[in-house]
Order: sequence, then C-alpha cells, then structure tokens
Amino acid sequence: MPRTDGVGAWLQITPLMTVLTLFLVVPIVTIAVVSFWGYNEWSFFPDFTLENYEYHLTAKVTWQTYLTTVKYVALTWIFTVVIGFTVAYFLAFHVRSLTWQIALFLVCTIPFWTSNIIRMISWIPFLGREGLANNALIAVGAIDKPLEFLLFSDFAVILAFVHLYALFMVVPIFNTMMRIDKSLIEAARDAGASSFQTLTNVIIPLSKPGIMIGSIFVVTLVMGDFITVRFMSGSQSASVGRLIQNEISLLQYPAAAASAVVLLITVLLMIGIMMRFVNIRKEL
Amino acid sequence: MGDKRGRGFYFLAAFFTLFVLFLYGPVITIGILSFQGPKGGLTFPMNGVSVHWFWNLFEQQAVGDFWGSFSRSLVLGLIVMMLTLVISVMAGLAFRKNFRGSSVVFYLTIASLIIPSILISLGIGLIFNIVDLDVHWSTSGLGAHLTWTLPFGLLIMFAVFNRFDKSYEEAARDLGATPWQTIRHVVLPIIAPSLIGVALFGFTLSYDEFARTLLTAGSDNTLPLEIFGMTTNVTTPVLYALGTLTTTFSFVIIALCLGGVALLRRRRAKFGSDAGDGMA
Repeated sequence: MPRTDGVGAWLQITPLMTVLTLFLVVPIVTIAVVSFWGYNEWSFFPDFTLENYEYHLTAKVTWQTYLTTVKYVALTWIFTVVIGFTVAYFLAFHVRSLTWQIALFLVCTIPFWTSNIIRMISWIPFLGREGLANNALIAVGAIDKPLEFLLFSDFAVILAFVHLYALFMVVPIFNTMMRIDKSLIEAARDAGASSFQTLTNVIIPLSKPGIMIGSIFVVTLVMGDFITVRFMSGSQSASVGRLIQNEISLLQYPAAAASAVVLLITVLLMIGIMMRFVNIRKEL
Repeated sequence: MGDKRGRGFYFLAAFFTLFVLFLYGPVITIGILSFQGPKGGLTFPMNGVSVHWFWNLFEQQAVGDFWGSFSRSLVLGLIVMMLTLVISVMAGLAFRKNFRGSSVVFYLTIASLIIPSILISLGIGLIFNIVDLDVHWSTSGLGAHLTWTLPFGLLIMFAVFNRFDKSYEEAARDLGATPWQTIRHVVLPIIAPSLIGVALFGFTLSYDEFARTLLTAGSDNTLPLEIFGMTTNVTTPVLYALGTLTTTFSFVIIALCLGGVALLRRRRAKFGSDAGDGMA
C-alpha cells in the first residue's frame, strides 16, 4: 500500500479523534484526577487525598446500592435475553419473506428512535393506583383493592428497563441469526435432529456473538442508569448512577468523581469478561 | 420449517404480537389520554374528549418554555446530524485502509458507546467548571451528544463498507477517476441509503438524549430535560399532550427517512445504479 494512503486515512480519522479526545478521553481523565481532589461546602480544589475513595468504598450504602444495581442488571438481562432471542428467532427463521422480515424488524426498532422519558411516562396510566392494570384485575375479581407495588417500585423499574432495552438484544441477535447459513439447519434436519435439537445444538451456539453484544449493551446501560430508577421507583430506590447524581447535585464533585471511577472500573471489568466471548469487529 | 406452519410458528407469532403490544401499547395509551377533557386526570376513564391540554401546552406560563426547548433540541439535533454524517463517513473511509492505530480508534469509539452516560456528563461538566466556562447546549451539549451518536454512525459505516463491492471503485480508477471523483461519483451514491440511516440515528438520538445532556446543557433546557422537569411538578394530562406531540414528531422524522431509503432503493432497482451519473 502506498504511503500517501496512510496520510489520507489519518486526515479522514482526525475529526473523529478530535471529538473523542475532547469529549471522551479528556473528561474521563479529568474525572480520574478530580477524584483525588478535596472539597468543602462551597468549592473543590486540587489536592491528593484518598479520602473520597475511602469514604465511598467503606460506606455501607455504597455496597447496598451496588447490590441493588446488580439485581436490576441480572433481572433485566434475563428478561431481555429471553424476549430478544425469541423475537429474533421468530423473525429470522419463521418469517419467510425478506420484505416481511424487514418490515417487522423495523416495527421492533422504531421505538428506539423515540424519547425514553416519554416511554417511561407512558407507563403511568397502566401501573398507577387507578391504572389499567389495577382496574382490570379488580374487574375480573383477582384482587379487592389496588396493588400498590405496580408503579414506583422495583417491579416498575425492571419493567421499564425491559421495555426500553429489549431492542438492544433483538437487533444484534437478529443480525447474527440472519448470517447463519441455512444449509446448516437443513443438514441438522437431514441428520435427524428435531427442531428443538436444532435450536439448542445449532442456532443457540451460532447466535452467541449477537447475544453477547446485546448483553454488553443491556448490562452497561442498566449499570450506569440513574433516570429510569429515579422515575420508576418514585425516588425510593437507589442505583449507583443515582448515588453519583446525588453527589453531583450536592456539588460534591470529587466524591462524585471517585464514585464514577469505581463504577467505570466495575463496568469495564464486566465488559472485559463478556468481550472474551466475542470479536465485535467481526460481527459487523 | 416445513411447508406447513407448525404449532411453533403460531406460538412464536403470538409471542411477537405481545412484544409489539408491549412496545407500543403504553405510547398509544398516552396518545389517547392526551385528548382528556379539561377535568380529566392522568388515568382512565376519559372525562370527555378535547384538545384542551394541547392548547394548554402553548400557553407559555403554564408549562415552562416548551417552544424554546423544542427549538433548541431541533437545532442541536440538526447540527449533530450533519456532524455525525460527515465525521462517520470520513472515519468509515479511513478504516477501509487499515491505518496504524486503527484498533485504538475502534475501541475508543466502542468505549464512547458503552461508558455510562453520567460519566460523560460529569466529566464534561467538570472540565467546563475548572476552566471557568459556562456550559451551553451548543458547546458542551453538542460534544456530549456526539459521543453518543458517532459510535452508531461509525458502526453503520462499518456494516456498509464490509458489504461494499470494491470492483466498482477499481472500475472507476481504471477509467481514470481521481480518488475524490471515485468517492463523490461512485462510493457516495452507492452508500446513499445507509447515509440516510446515519442521519436518522444522528438526529433522533440527539433529539431524545437526556443523560449526557443533564450537566452539559447549561441554563437553557433541551426538550427532554424540560419534559423531565415537568414530570416532577406537572400532574395533568398536559404532560401526555407534550409526549404525544414529540412522539408524533419523531414518527414523522422516522417515516421521512425510511421513505427516503425506500425511494432510493426503488429508483435504483428501476434505473440500475446511478453511480457515475454526472461524470461527463
């Protein structure tokens, strides 16, 4: 390859690198630096102290919050993986015409391009005390008085997460499944495998990269969330993201920065483990 | 997958239908409830039917600065869209050449996507605080949005170029086209439908972005920030009216983009590729 090509590529990549450096690398480095700074009620100032970390890591509330957040992650992951896989499997292997596949796939992805906040708000008429769910349950005689736990509870938080993020599973799994060579499935059938055996022995193993990419999305989105938890729990539940947001609103920036660094390390460790199972660049 | 639909098909089709209902049901519900009568509340039953709450939305003092925040989000979305498009295409072209350090750039882009949004928000907020600049939606907000839209743009470009037939470019080169002519008259027309997709991601993701805007928008709210502020102090269906309006707006944008893609595809199927037109 001629040398000029390399220079051309560098010129073409410069805008992207500029944006990522200014608004991703420098901010993260700043957070890391500020996490060692000191602060009082009015301001924060350069220093080198481990107090922020010490406080964060020894506070009982931190550990409880991580426990709650991991619980949210685990439950959301289970639901989104089951729903995402089933939906993608239906689209990829049971819908026969490409036009229908594209149309139904678009139906699944359109909500992704609309507002998450509106989608959260839209659960109020369903889950509220006087909401559709309670009214329906009372009408069929399943309960006598409205269930209180529907809105503003862990249940609502998980429901909203699944509602918001199931797409992030459907899309990569569908993408992987569409690239499975159909002759492999015929071969399995010819060799006498039942549809269930084909599913477990051929399709699921070959869909793993898609499942992993979807999982990376869901895990990181839920780990860092502060807005869904705040809105759907009615500010009753905590998550790591909310913890950080609280510190920010109290202007305790160095404390928030230390919490953010710990969150970042946690998320990166989780992704590192998941990345071992998949080569992202190959999957595009 | 025999010729007859088995029981499995009907079970999966039912599951899929429920999933679609789950996706759209709530939004449709607030669409209906936004037409509540003037005395109606946040839940059913409907207390009459009216457009009262939509009118309410346009009385400025009632619900804060709806038009201001909408126009800011619109302008910001358009700027982010243009930048995402240009930067992603350039980066996509660069990645085809396998330059040194390409994997660093790639992983940085992925990091931009999966790093929790609150860190971007906090980090940019801190920088502006330390160098004593005021955060503003058009500076810090713009940068924060790009960290969210660019990874999507670049991933789409990867998907596009991985499926791109290089022989078109070779043909152009053999016919004596310069590198720029090859891109302008061969590559760009061929990838045009995908570019609409990148633009759609760029605009909608910015228009709806919340978490990365929180500490980076400054004193003038974008629309999602305004809506979130409303959730804490507005307890009337005016909230639904706003939700219905912005969702309709999003749907219109999505329809325009998808329609544009379909149109390009159809024209291409009819006339063959128009790559090379205007090369004289």
